[in-house]
This record gives sequence, structure tokens and C-alpha cells, in this order.
Amino acid sequence: MTPQELRLKRQALQDMFFRGSTRFFAFMVLALLAAIILSLIHGAWPSIQAFGIGFITGSDWNPVTEQFGGWNSIRGTLLSSFIALLIGIPVSFGIAIFLTELSPTWLRRPLGIAIELLAGVPSIIFGMWGLFIFAPWFADNIQPWLTEHTAGIPMIGWLFQGPPMGIGMFTAGLILSVMIIPYIASVMRDVFEVVPPMLKESAYGLGCTTWEVVWNVVLPYTRHGVIGGVMLGLGRALGETMAVTFVIGNSHKAIESLFDPGTSIAATLANEFTEATGTLHTASLINLGLLLFLITFVVLVLSKLLLLKLQKGEGAHS
Amino acid sequence: MTLYFRRRLINALSLTLSLAAMAFGLFWLLWILYTLFSNGLPGLGMALFTQNTPAPGSTGGLANAIVGSLAMSSVGVAIGTPIGILAGTYLAEFGERGWLAPATRFINDILLSAPSIVIGLFIYDVYVAQVGHFSGWAGALALSLLVIPVVVRTTENMLRLVPNSMREAAYALGAPQWKMVLQVSLRAAKAGVVTGILLAVARIVGETAPLLFTALNNQFFSNMNQPMANLPVVIFQFAMSPYDDWHTLAWAGALLIGLFVLTLNIIARVLIRPAKSH
Repeated sequence: MTPQELRLKRQALQDMFFRGSTRFFAFMVLALLAAIILSLIHGAWPSIQAFGIGFITGSDWNPVTEQFGGWNSIRGTLLSSFIALLIGIPVSFGIAIFLTELSPTWLRRPLGIAIELLAGVPSIIFGMWGLFIFAPWFADNIQPWLTEHTAGIPMIGWLFQGPPMGIGMFTAGLILSVMIIPYIASVMRDVFEVVPPMLKESAYGLGCTTWEVVWNVVLPYTRHGVIGGVMLGLGRALGETMAVTFVIGNSHKAIESLFDPGTSIAATLANEFTEATGTLHTASLINLGLLLFLITFVVLVLSKLLLLKLQKGEGAHS
Repeated sequence: MTLYFRRRLINALSLTLSLAAMAFGLFWLLWILYTLFSNGLPGLGMALFTQNTPAPGSTGGLANAIVGSLAMSSVGVAIGTPIGILAGTYLAEFGERGWLAPATRFINDILLSAPSIVIGLFIYDVYVAQVGHFSGWAGALALSLLVIPVVVRTTENMLRLVPNSMREAAYALGAPQWKMVLQVSLRAAKAGVVTGILLAVARIVGETAPLLFTALNNQFFSNMNQPMANLPVVIFQFAMSPYDDWHTLAWAGALLIGLFVLTLNIIARVLIRPAKSH
């Protein structure tokens, strides 16, 4: 073999090794997800065996008698995330409209960065601020007013009853909404920007107002992406731990109004895991973690699929 | 009321609401920043960096927590970055055919938003429970799992911005694949990849949830094989306590983390700007 052939052979070998190692690490990322699910099932096994499917619906959480049911935590997670979406979606929509349609061009970038910085604030700071600053202010100024003015209204009156403590399910939802607004708003802004200017201009040419263009042209064109962004925010809200732990109140009792202290899966884990004694308590907490992971997994998969659908549609239109 | 007038009214109303929404978003950011500075500044001082976390009632600082956070974050980044860059390289450079690249990309995006507390549970189950004690290594491992998806994502995106003609030019000169990737593609995408790493650091220094079950906490300096103090968990513990001097320290720690994270975010954005305008 000539020296040149030898060198080519060596290079081919090096290339194979390099490609192989990148592929190995790509596969490792994939395997990580499987490993997480398997290890959680493994850790939760004693609890799954002891309570079966009843773990989801049972609302008894008693470490002393070793009776564990996750319903109060699961409901807290779902309820606080629902409140967060209820407040977060319209506000994010408004911010996205402002950033794409209304704002002067030179303000768009700084304002966009400001909103993204809000997403970068560590959740523990949200938690401290919520507990020390927001909750007392909320209890003094907003809660009594809400209680007074909603009392007696059928259907929603009971939601805002109870002592104004500041912390509780509603406060947790409100702070979660502030935390997920940046995520939803930036996805919405990004998908609004892919709308072909031609479509918008033809609507303006027909005499539509800005709002009509947004509502009848931009939104239908981007609906998959918008829903995908909302689901992404929901995924964040479901798994958020520290901010919620600070303000939700950490009570395993069933809640009677939104002002009552409750708990969520993540808050229960953060509070009890290191102090759990006994295999069944630890396993039940891991079981909760498994449920949380499965819920967010489904939500995130849905969000990804919807966003991918938008990208495909984009390709078809152009 | 004419139709014309009503349409204009609806338009004006909705645009005002949109403006209000923007103000609402900025309002929280400014309120939180204001709170952070007004509560955190009184606690800042040399003692914060030179003394250990105190018992309630005595004076102290956060030195061991700061060192612990730095140590675990560095190790986490050191483990996560190479894995993330290699996996991202595969997605962008070699993943044209086959099922692995689309599947990995999909899963990676899910890991990117997966609840961090579950990552903590995972490391607890596979490491802490096996070894039998909490440790700094476990915390670093948990953080590295949070670094990987961020780095994979930005590496792939940035490599995709590198024009193909550059790759072809390298091949035409007879460069082998690995040399092309390392010395042409990755070098061209350097600013973007560094941005990804900075964003990953910004994400993990404030993470509390995955450290609760892995590194736990420690009142003193410790090596990586013992439970290790770290800023987020110390802040959590001190803020939840009833002692005023602990609260002051917690706010000072929160200010440190907040400033660090916001600075990193801003640097990352400045870095990424020229990369986008190519």
C-alpha cells in the first residue's frame, strides 16, 4: 500500500470513530428519557403495588398510618396550572400583538428582551418575592375586595371566600401565570412573525382594522403554533416547584375555595422527600413524581406535535 | 351606532388591552427587580463572601454556599457540555437519514421543558439511593442533565446556520469529516455554541428543585462526596425560616443569583446577535 492509501484508510477510520461517538451521545439523550421513566417506576414500585390505580383518586395522605393517595396534590397541580393559563393566555396574546403589530420598530427588540428576561428570573426569586412581598400585599388589598364583591354571585361566589391569608391556591396560580407569560408570549410572537406579509397586507388593503387582521388572518394562520405555545407554558406550569412551594400553603386538606392553602405534586415532593421515613412514604412520593412526569410528558408531546404541524403548513404554503 | 364606528371602537379597545398586557408584563419584571435590589443590597458585604452560613442569631455569610454552587455548576457544565455538543453535532451534521436524529430532536425538546424536580428524583434513585448518602457529585450530575438539552438545542441550531459552501470547501481540500466538523463547522458556530453554554449556566445556577434530593445542604465547607451547601437550597431554607437575619442573608443570596443570571442572559443575547445576521 502506498503512503497515500494508508493515510486515506486512517482518515476513514477516524471519521467512523467520530461519527460513531456523536451518534452514541445522540442515542444517549434518547435513552435518558427511557431511563428516567424506568427508574421512577422502579422507585415507585412499592407504592404502585400497595395502592394500584387508587393512588390517583385517593385523597388520604397520612404518613403515620401509611395511607397515601395523591389526589389532593394532583388536583393542586392541575388547578394552579389552570388558573395560570386562564390569566396567562390573554395577557401573552396581548403582548404578542403589541410586539408584532403595535410597537414602534426600535422598541420591539428591547421590549422582547425584557419579556425574555422575566423568563430567566430563577424560580426561587419568584418564590421569595411571592411569599414576602406579593402575598401580604395581596391579602391586604385584593383579597378582601374580591371576597366582598363576588359574594352572592352564583357559580363563582364560593371561589373567593375564606380568610384572606395571601398564600393559597389562587396566589400560586397567579405567580405561575407571571412565570409562564414570557414563554407563551415569545412563542406567539415568533409564530405571528412567520405570517406572510402578503396575507396581512391584502387584508389591510380590503380595509380591515388591525384587530380584524389579527383575529381573522394572523390567528387562524398560526393557530397550531399558538396552541403549541400554550401547551409549552402549561408544561412549565405543571412542573414548577419552588415558586409554588413558597406560596401554595402546603396543606393536604381538600380545598373549599381558591383562597384556601393547598398543595401540588412538586410542592409535596420539595417539602416531604428528604424527611420521608419508611419505604412506602418515599415510594409514594416517587409515584407522585412519576405521575407528574407522565402528565407533563403528554402535554409537551402534544405541544411539539402542534408546533411541527405549523412548520409543515408553512412549507406547503410557500 | 354605525358598523364603521363599532369596528373602530372594537379595534381601539383591543389595542388598548394589548398595550395594557405589555404594561402588565413589564410591571412584574420591574416590581421583582425592585424588590430584589431593595431587600438584597443591605445584606451585601465582605462577610457574605468570607464567612460560612451561620446558626440562627449569629452573624455569618454565604461563603460555603457560593463555593458549593460554583463547584457543582462547573462540574455539571463540564459533564454536560461535551455530551451536548457531540449530540447536537450529530443532529446537524450526520442526522440527515434514519430515525435516530428526528427521534432525538423530539425527545430533547421534551427534556428541555421536563420538570427539574423529576430530574432530582431520577438522580436520587440511580445514584443517591445506591451510594447511600447525599453528595455534591449527585447534585452536579443532576445539573448536568439540565445542561445537556440546552446545549444540544443551541449547538444544532447554530450549526445549521453555517453555510454548506464552507463544508464543501473543506471537503474539496481533502479534509476528513472530523476535521471539517471540528475546525470549520464548529469554529464558525463558536459564538452560538458559547451562547448555548452560557444559557445553560444561567439555567442551572438558579435551580433549586433538583438539588434538594441530591446535594441537600451543609452548614460547612465540604468536599464533593459529602452533602454540599449551595446557594439555592440555602436561600430556600433560610427564607422559609422564622429568623430575620436568615431572611437578610437569603435576600442577599437571591440578589447574587439574580444578578448573575440576568447578566449571563444579557451577554448571551449580545453574543448571539452577530451570529444571526449572517
